[in-house]
Amino acid sequence: MSDINLVEAPAGVEGSGFFATSLEKVIGMARANSLWPLPFATSCCGIEFMATMGSHYDFSRFGSERPSFSPRQADLLMVMGTIAKKMAPVLKQVYIQMAEPRWVIAVGACASSGGIFDTYSVLQGIDEIIPVDVYVPGCPPRPEAIINGFNKIQDLVRSESLRRRDSPEYSELLAKYGIQ
Amino acid sequence: MGKISNQHIIDQLTVNFPEQFSAPTEPFGLLTLETTAVTINALLTYLKNDKELSFNYLTDITAVHYPEQENALGVVYHLHSLTNNVRIRVKVFIPVSNPTIPTATELWNGANWMERETFDFYGIQFIGHPDLRRILNVDDMTVFPMRKEFALEDPNRVDKKDFFFGR
Repeated sequence: MSDINLVEAPAGVEGSGFFATSLEKVIGMARANSLWPLPFATSCCGIEFMATMGSHYDFSRFGSERPSFSPRQADLLMVMGTIAKKMAPVLKQVYIQMAEPRWVIAVGACASSGGIFDTYSVLQGIDEIIPVDVYVPGCPPRPEAIINGFNKIQDLVRSESLRRRDSPEYSELLAKYGIQ
Repeated sequence: MGKISNQHIIDQLTVNFPEQFSAPTEPFGLLTLETTAVTINALLTYLKNDKELSFNYLTDITAVHYPEQENALGVVYHLHSLTNNVRIRVKVFIPVSNPTIPTATELWNGANWMERETFDFYGIQFIGHPDLRRILNVDDMTVFPMRKEFALEDPNRVDKKDFFFGR
């Protein structure tokens, strides 16, 4: 039996019968440990993700017990594999359907940059159509790398300001991609 | 080997289409001949409907681009006679400035998507095709990507610039 690790409480003021911290930290902690991923798997990186979801690597232990196959309830879009240009509008539509706050992770060389497919029919990285938070290198990356990328997303989620999604900078970022 | 020899097919075609196709070759035993856009429809019709030859199966329609040739675009038809177990390849070379050729959809319904694909990648206009639009590439693509003048690489790619490699 392994020891069960609980998430540490955020920094705050503790006394008898009370604990005070900022709401932002509590929400960040809750979000980071219950990220519902939407796997958008198109090729071999998707196979590595299946290994990541399996019992050996057990992706669910980070709070992703429920991979969401509907974008409406998903927090994290995981794009794994080559995205052809014909697939690009579909991927963008999926991203738009997701509710805020939403994060995106590009797994593997193809999703990050087009990889070896430097050709007229393949999107040269999904960041041409949607904003990406974390890139995982590899062709394909091992499950450890995918988990490491997920942990980086968790760090982002944990420390994100509650007002970030309402900021003009964020609207500007989305507007750059033609998303309202 | 098929039930009829290549020489027999050549003889039959010479009788019916005198001077209308080039000297046939047989690379790897596959009878290959070249004709013109004017003759192609009649030739295909004959090959398909002739009782003896009966090239009833259209294996493929595709194209090739040889930019250094005068008639740079080659449309290639592969036919298969299922009853005789013999194949034939027919080529038609047309100029880039006027890449038109009659459709084969009236002979084979299966030619529909093959011609759409050939149009998609080489810009060959199949006259009489019921629905000639792109089939594999994105609809708003403006180029014909398999023609040699278009770079294979995506122009948006920046990470392979010489600058990043100290050149």
